[in-house]
Amino acid sequence: MKNKSSNLVIGTGNDHRGDDAVGLLVARRLRTRPNLNAVVREHNGDGTTLMEAWAGAKKVIIVDAAHSGAAPGTIYRFEVANDEVPTTLFSHCTHTFGVAEGIELARALKQLPPQLVLYGIEGARFDLGASLSNEVYNAAYTLLTHHLPQDTRGH
Amino acid sequence: MARVEGEGSLYVKVKGDKVDDVQLRIFEPPRFFEAFLRGRSFLEAPDITARICGICPVAYQMSAVHAMEQACGVTVNGQLRALRRLIYCGEWIESHTLHIYMLHAPDFLGYDSAISMAKDHPDIVQRGLRLKKTGNDIMTVVGGREIHPINVKVGGFYRVPTKHELSPLLEKLAWARQAALETLQWVATFSIPDYEHDYEFVALQHPREYPINEGRVTSNKGLDCDASEFETYVQEEQVPHSNALHARIKERDAYFVGPLARYSLNFSVLSPFVRDAALNAGLGPVCRNPFQSILVRSVEVLYACDEALRIIHAYEPPDTPAVDVHPREGIGHACTEAPRGILYHRYTLEDEGIIRDAKIVPPTSQNQRTIEQDLARIVPRYLDLPSKQLKWRCEQSVRNYDPCISCATHFLKLTVDHEKEDQGSDEE
Repeated sequence: MKNKSSNLVIGTGNDHRGDDAVGLLVARRLRTRPNLNAVVREHNGDGTTLMEAWAGAKKVIIVDAAHSGAAPGTIYRFEVANDEVPTTLFSHCTHTFGVAEGIELARALKQLPPQLVLYGIEGARFDLGASLSNEVYNAAYTLLTHHLPQDTRGH
Repeated sequence: MARVEGEGSLYVKVKGDKVDDVQLRIFEPPRFFEAFLRGRSFLEAPDITARICGICPVAYQMSAVHAMEQACGVTVNGQLRALRRLIYCGEWIESHTLHIYMLHAPDFLGYDSAISMAKDHPDIVQRGLRLKKTGNDIMTVVGGREIHPINVKVGGFYRVPTKHELSPLLEKLAWARQAALETLQWVATFSIPDYEHDYEFVALQHPREYPINEGRVTSNKGLDCDASEFETYVQEEQVPHSNALHARIKERDAYFVGPLARYSLNFSVLSPFVRDAALNAGLGPVCRNPFQSILVRSVEVLYACDEALRIIHAYEPPDTPAVDVHPREGIGHACTEAPRGILYHRYTLEDEGIIRDAKIVPPTSQNQRTIEQDLARIVPRYLDLPSKQLKWRCEQSVRNYDPCISCATHFLKLTVDHEKEDQGSDEE
């Protein structure tokens, strides 16, 4: 799929792993918004395929669940050009070569997009078959109504 | 412990100069899915079980469809059978290449990750990414999408590709076969620890082809049975330190599934080109050194590229995308060769095709006991190493098996407990 808009939002995660699904939820909700100034893609979290997923996009925003021990629903934001992404923050991923590793691999190979923002939402539960926790659901709403409109504006 | 699929922990207790205890603790998702499958239609099993693992969904789909077809008295042949073999080749290429380049090679080259390896060897890492992508491309064309393919069904496929749709893969696979050969030559230069053990290797064997979807369950110690007899010879045991059941051959002990077992039991049916490449890389027809698993995986990637090319060249679209399968009351069993080894499924069906009972034995739980025994043998050789290097050697030893602990919430934690007065426990 070509990334026709200059903004690309990638939601990653696993539908069957509780709060790990938050990136996918954000992508699906975002896609229904009118006048959306971004291409939206769902992604399974395989870090080795991120470079292909964002090929051609000028600004990329990735949303993934985080697992650091902070309060559930905590939102992290990384401007990847300036910040190294701590791989341990996203270690819940079903692939151990996950989003953070994929981003840092792209940096090592000099294949980062011109602008890359990574959002992490701290999850509360990642059990098989679990539903999204209220804290993470609320954080997703905040991301959709506050952060992402700002990030996708003006491109 | 990073670079192992999934969640778990490894505990090694050292007393003086001896290993007193080794416990690999893993969480095993199939138990959840076995319960989830009860009451579902037999047609749903391939798609439900594909969710168990993000790395090997095709393996779960294939074991499920073969088991359902056996229960219903149906055999899928011809081009549909070939297409199943083709999509499985895609998964082998994708899964093995990820492990070789991103997870295991850094161990041998002294890097803490593929990221730091990529800074020094960008061209090699790029080759690995492109090779892996070729596997994904096969899964996309045959399976409908690269992750959790949606085109596989009991009886065949929802839709089969045209020759025209498969033909772009030929050029990619021709490149991939050369890249796989270069991969094998590259890993053959690695310094491999000198360690061998007389394992009981268990793998499928087929008289004419390297086993992927079909064959008898065999071993180098005399096991030779149909998949329907798997539970007659293999026993699963609960162990207190792990959620996963440990598998063992009844009246014997631990066994070893995966690339080393497949290769060692099936060297003679590899294509001559691949056999020659393996021998040129320094492997013999049998490989008992688990640290050489990175070579054997590379051999299997080469074979999968070669086999995929053969299948696509011979492909003629079948008249129908799937054969009719009518449910009946009964039990179906199947073993197929997931990248990490034999994946066993057993289903009990009611007459309307409703699943009454499901049993899934993944390769990692079959290897779990062998991994622990390997560590008990390997750790004493390296007790003089500093703690950090000892942990690194333990991690490398576990990664020999590419354990798929699947669907993680944490990295595997590694604890080496030195029971000495001057040293406490180390954990990271």
